[in-house]
Amino acid sequence: MIKAILIFNNHGKPRLIRFYEYFAEDVQQQIIRETFHLVSKRDDNVCNFLEGGSLIGGSDYKLIYRHYATLYFVFCVDSSESELGILDLIQVFVETLDKCFENVCELDLIFHMDKVHFILQEVVMGGMVLETNMNEIVGQVELQNRMEKSEGGFSAAPARAVSAVKNINLPEMPRNINIGDINIKVPSLSPF
Amino acid sequence: MSPSVRLQEMIRVIRGARTQGEERGVIQRECAAIRAQFRQADNGTRSHNLAKLLYVHMLGYPAHFGQMECVRLIASPRYNEKRVGYLGAMMLLDEKQDASLLITNSIKNDLSHSSQYVQSLALCTLGCMGSAEMCRDLAPEIDRLLRASNSYIKKKAALCAVHIVRKVPELGELFTPASRSLLSEKNHGVLHGAVVLITELCERNPETLEQFRKAVPELVQIMKGLVMSGYSPEHNVAGISDPFLQVRILRLLRILGRNNETASDAVNDLLAQVATNTDSSKTAGSAVLYETVLTVMDIKSESGLRVLAVNILGRFLLNNDRNIRYISMTSLQKIVQTDHNAVQRHRGTIVDCLKDQDASVKRRALELSLALVSAVNIRSLMKELLLFLSSCPPELRAHTTSGIFNAAERYAPSQRWHIDTILHVLTTAGGDVRDETVPNLIQLITTATELHCYTVHKLYRALIADISVQSLVQVACWCIGEYGDLLLRGECEETEPVQVAEDDVLDALETVLQSHMSSPATRGFALTATMKLSTRITHNVDRIRSIVSIYGSCIDVELQQRAVEYNALFKKYDHMRPGKTLGPNYRLFMTFVSHSHPPQSVQLQMKAPSGDVIPAHGLGQVTQTVLLNNPNKVSLKMRVRVCYTSQDFVCQDTVQIDSFPSPAW
Repeated sequence: MIKAILIFNNHGKPRLIRFYEYFAEDVQQQIIRETFHLVSKRDDNVCNFLEGGSLIGGSDYKLIYRHYATLYFVFCVDSSESELGILDLIQVFVETLDKCFENVCELDLIFHMDKVHFILQEVVMGGMVLETNMNEIVGQVELQNRMEKSEGGFSAAPARAVSAVKNINLPEMPRNINIGDINIKVPSLSPF
Repeated sequence: MSPSVRLQEMIRVIRGARTQGEERGVIQRECAAIRAQFRQADNGTRSHNLAKLLYVHMLGYPAHFGQMECVRLIASPRYNEKRVGYLGAMMLLDEKQDASLLITNSIKNDLSHSSQYVQSLALCTLGCMGSAEMCRDLAPEIDRLLRASNSYIKKKAALCAVHIVRKVPELGELFTPASRSLLSEKNHGVLHGAVVLITELCERNPETLEQFRKAVPELVQIMKGLVMSGYSPEHNVAGISDPFLQVRILRLLRILGRNNETASDAVNDLLAQVATNTDSSKTAGSAVLYETVLTVMDIKSESGLRVLAVNILGRFLLNNDRNIRYISMTSLQKIVQTDHNAVQRHRGTIVDCLKDQDASVKRRALELSLALVSAVNIRSLMKELLLFLSSCPPELRAHTTSGIFNAAERYAPSQRWHIDTILHVLTTAGGDVRDETVPNLIQLITTATELHCYTVHKLYRALIADISVQSLVQVACWCIGEYGDLLLRGECEETEPVQVAEDDVLDALETVLQSHMSSPATRGFALTATMKLSTRITHNVDRIRSIVSIYGSCIDVELQQRAVEYNALFKKYDHMRPGKTLGPNYRLFMTFVSHSHPPQSVQLQMKAPSGDVIPAHGLGQVTQTVLLNNPNKVSLKMRVRVCYTSQDFVCQDTVQIDSFPSPAW
């Protein structure tokens, strides 16, 4: 079982935290700090597995992490998960983010935290691996995004307004309005 | 700040804060606005506000006031709002909060929603934080979804069922038939979920395990399909077809084949096939190969296959990739108990890994090395372990020292080797040893009677070299106090003779007493040793007397008490020092019992003696009962000091009791 998924940057600032076991908020922040402390000490050419943290689950848990540029992706797992499998899963997750955000970078994760959560939900559910096929994941995420857009809400309002006006049945505009002595020339406006 | 500002705006402002204090201020204002908005009627901004709240929650700020908002959003008919609401529920709620019960109804309704995406939200949330009651309530729904829905929902329902079974194990029976039929699905996501569910069911219930043994041929077929299929772009990871699914199935086959000949036979061929056909040049292949090896070792496989498996692990131990080396050691650890000799063959490589720069690899190598210690290799392996101790990372020191002590106790080839080893550990890492080390070592030294001279010389030399390691200093002081006469005599068979004068010894003890590095317990040892020497030396008794009297006014109460008592003994029977003469009667005046366990592990209670006069010439006796409470069953050692007056002279006698009958503890 995956106990937690943490993404933080090289300074320890959290970019995504997801716990699959209940921890009080202050304990959550402690775990993030401790994990960052353990992981940031590691060289670049050592293995991707770490033991020795004390806050999650006692002795039966490991940290499996990958370091990409400015971000650490850390999965805290217990002994029921295959370590190499999780390592590959992190890769799948990152590649999925890359596809969904088009060359993902840290800023994408910062400003679209909710979207990252929704993508993660298609990969891991309840602490267990749900789907590992990247195309399948990306496909589902696209469909959900489409559903969100079609429903509306504020984010879709401008688009809806434009399409509504485009569909208004405007009667033909007169070219000349003759009211007695007054002659008004109607300027020719380009259609929408 | 406008109340309808979106998530991105808020994030931008927070990031613009230059100090922690400024950030806090921004967030407090923002949270106040959000709170106010939650109280108002729906103005279309609810989902934005909750999203903002989840962001500040991630940064560590309180967000509990958003819990009810999650409940409201989940009940909304709009997908956007439900989505954020469910996410909020998973982040902010857990079954201990009352608000979580309120979403049960929404989840129930959403499980039968027309849109699969809404259904999936409900499944996800139930599978993450569903309480036992919610699970009981909704289990039949989940079972229905396992049977009759599309693949997208089926795979989520399967994992949701796993959560339900973990919360309410009895419900496992409900899901057994559906999970069996899921094995005939083609969709890999569904298969994966099904295998995880079946694994959970089998691990919890031996009867279910029996039932699923019949599914072994089906599982073998699926595996064969994966292994022998050509390149399949859909599921390919580095040339392996769906390694995640392969690993899951191999684990399930391990559970089904354990202790069962028939099931094990059925998978032998498959395992051999996988072991030989899988390309392990990338992580994906290695993951499958490792799982195969572990399965081979855990079930009743043919011996040829077992040899192949251990050789695969041995090969990986030599791999350049540290991940592979780490995993191979983890795997070897799992089989070291059952296939000890096979793993012993790789001892050399494992011991080399103790010198790797990677702390994780070192840790694995240490665990394995300790598991491989045996009577045959104890001398060479201990050399390596002691070398490791001198440069090992600080977080591993305590574990290493206790591992070394255990190994030494079990396999020490001689007492001298044992004492030397413990002394070496104390000199290298004496600050990281457990409390029992000091009394254990004292007992060991006491029983090694032929080595007293050797030991006291060695400890004396260690003491004058360095007095910073408390455990070592305590044992050295005790030893000098006990066997100081052997030290002063100068001759010793085992080491080179060296002249030690009485003044030198007293200098050493006094240095310990006066050093700021010495703990109060250590000073106690040094003072007692000084006192004991008063009966073993001839020329410097006055010096001892003056040392002891100084401590009669020491701030440390324990030391003061000892010093005062010793002073009293000096005064009262000075003339009896060379030997004791026993007159016609003894009058009992004080009995003193001491033990050298860590405090609080053993409690003493002394009852009143049966009398306080012992008639002369063995014509009677006095008994006194001492009650010991030893809840932790530590091994007992006691020292009994009896003080008595005989013809107006005060005397004392000390007896050490090292072994109690074992039922006593």
